[in-house]
Amino acid sequence: MVAKFELDDDSVVLIIGTGSGGGVLANELAQKGVKVVSLEAGGRYMPEDYINDEWDSFAQLAWLDNRTTSGDWRVAKDFSGLPAWIVKAVGGTSIHWAGASLRFQDHEWKARTNYGHVTGANLLDWPIDGAEMAPWYEKAETKLGVTRTGDRPGLPGNNNYKVLEKGALAVGYKEVHTGRMAINSVDYDDRLACQQTGFCFQGCKWGAKWSSAYTDIPKGEATGNLEVRDRCHALKIEHDDKGKVTGVLYADKDGNQHFQKARVVCVAGNSIESPRILLNSASSMFPDGLANSSGQVGRNYLRHVTGSVYGVFEKPVKMWRGTTMAGIVQDEARLDPSRGFVGGYELETLALGVPFMAAFLDPGGWGRSFTSAMDGYENMAGMWIVGEDMPQETNRITLHATVVDQFGLPAPNVHFDDHPNDIAMRNHAYAAGEAIYRAAGATRTFPTPPYPSTHNLGTNRMSENPRDGVVNKHGQSHDIPNLFVSDGSQFTTGAAENPTLTIVALAIRQAEFIAGELSKQNL
Amino acid sequence: MTTLTASRGLRGQTLTRRQLISRSFAASAGMIIGAGFIAAPDAAWAYAPTTLKPETMATLVRMARDIYPHDRIADEFYVIAVKGYDTADAAPGIEAGIASLNAAAQGAGHADYLSIGWEDDRVALLRAMETSAFFQQIRGGLVTGLYNQKAVWPIFGYEGESFSQGGYLHRGFDDINWL
Repeated sequence: MVAKFELDDDSVVLIIGTGSGGGVLANELAQKGVKVVSLEAGGRYMPEDYINDEWDSFAQLAWLDNRTTSGDWRVAKDFSGLPAWIVKAVGGTSIHWAGASLRFQDHEWKARTNYGHVTGANLLDWPIDGAEMAPWYEKAETKLGVTRTGDRPGLPGNNNYKVLEKGALAVGYKEVHTGRMAINSVDYDDRLACQQTGFCFQGCKWGAKWSSAYTDIPKGEATGNLEVRDRCHALKIEHDDKGKVTGVLYADKDGNQHFQKARVVCVAGNSIESPRILLNSASSMFPDGLANSSGQVGRNYLRHVTGSVYGVFEKPVKMWRGTTMAGIVQDEARLDPSRGFVGGYELETLALGVPFMAAFLDPGGWGRSFTSAMDGYENMAGMWIVGEDMPQETNRITLHATVVDQFGLPAPNVHFDDHPNDIAMRNHAYAAGEAIYRAAGATRTFPTPPYPSTHNLGTNRMSENPRDGVVNKHGQSHDIPNLFVSDGSQFTTGAAENPTLTIVALAIRQAEFIAGELSKQNL
Repeated sequence: MTTLTASRGLRGQTLTRRQLISRSFAASAGMIIGAGFIAAPDAAWAYAPTTLKPETMATLVRMARDIYPHDRIADEFYVIAVKGYDTADAAPGIEAGIASLNAAAQGAGHADYLSIGWEDDRVALLRAMETSAFFQQIRGGLVTGLYNQKAVWPIFGYEGESFSQGGYLHRGFDDINWL
């Protein structure tokens, strides 16, 4: 049943990556009868393989290839070799994501127009808008089984949510609920309902949370049109003398190199690896890397304005019980420059176990200030901030001059400086989060700095004009018609919402476009 | 761990073996240096060092507690967290680091670090050396060496995995009663 394609079969669409972008695109194309080869750097793990232990799971799933950091962001100080907390496995970071599935707000598609000029920011309007995306969002919500969309009920609130809700309502917030989540509140699509087990970040052992690993990938394989090659790491995209891409050089699990020919190449390796392979594929014809006539490949790296607030209460909360991202406050997601910044942010519950709390609560912290906080662990509630950060040309992925990966290729450096708008938003969000917990009775609160990035976006951004970005409104590169970008790196701006739903919606839409162009012989 | 049939609705898949990260990365990330130090708690309390001097081990354990003081966590867990340094490779650096700590104690008018009675006075010495490679080696190792010991989790009230018991859907995920 599972397809097997020859290396010299130049009729296939080759997709690099199998996460929420690449994995969905692969299945959607396969369902339409398009032959697809997917290269996945990581191995294949199913729910029965996931480990409900934070460090053991991290060792199993995390992308740990050499990376370096620079810039004034706190992650570069605290986790210098780990800029991002993302997954190397079939299914990619859709194994790790929390499941929050929010549509962009209409004004966020046109950030440059609606926010105006922001000094130091490289803001740009998306070449698409909310009306264009509405039907694709609906398809994505149906695919993922998003709660509180369609006729799907919301999830029940756990203890951590109840604390958030009490405090948020007490300070006057109105849009407070258990979220729109790609976690089943009832059995759906052959997947169980949530059993409130916790460890959403370590892969859902019930399969209640959507991940391409056990939905789109096997469904695509079942068509006979999709071959997934796991533990196959893409190294370089090659092209012919007409400037069209011809296939991808990759290393298999034993380190042997192969070249897979392809009619179309789609890059979906997350926003660090996707620009990196375009840059590492530089040639005499494209000396600055593929699809980079704009010079924007790797630039405008976005990671959302993040941070966490934890509060300690007089009595137990046991925040680790149940859904990790169990609820949301949306009132601050609005556009309201009177707060001192443009864009908005969401507040979403979050819980860490003792091992990760020790690592992330106050990285580098020690002494009684730290340990008395840890002693309050059982009585702790937690929330995460996710807000729109400003695109900056100098926040970028570059190839390191000396550090290489296990294949000898230049490692990516991730440079990030906070924009003043980012800092103003984060400080506002810390204050809002602390006010919520105080209103619920917290005796102590902690404004916890950002973790390694999970929302990596923007480094191959979409633009109307080829001079402003890397891909057009279909994710097709401006420079090379048979080269596409299919992950969050095509985001023009980040909006305030967790990005996966939008990545999935764009992938479904892109599959429709690619299949159409193939049938019209345009690719 | 007991494995329930988690994926009855999922299509059967061929599984690949778990991938382990390399220790070298762990060190470079500065996060999980202590992961190799965890051993059975019952082997720990009467621990007799094989390479480190006994007084060095005792000072190291006191230093570990002063860095992450939890009055409800017994010494044996701190011993477990640091005894991985009791190797031929690691011992010279530890002996040198503890010697510098004792020198600092003597500079402050004490016989040595262990003889300082008040935690605040010991912590003042640690604060003065907190940017040193030795201090950061010990502190960084403790983040996992101490807090990733499953035996200490109940002291924090943390319950660890719940999958083997079917999660908390029917076991108190929403049982908060004081709000």
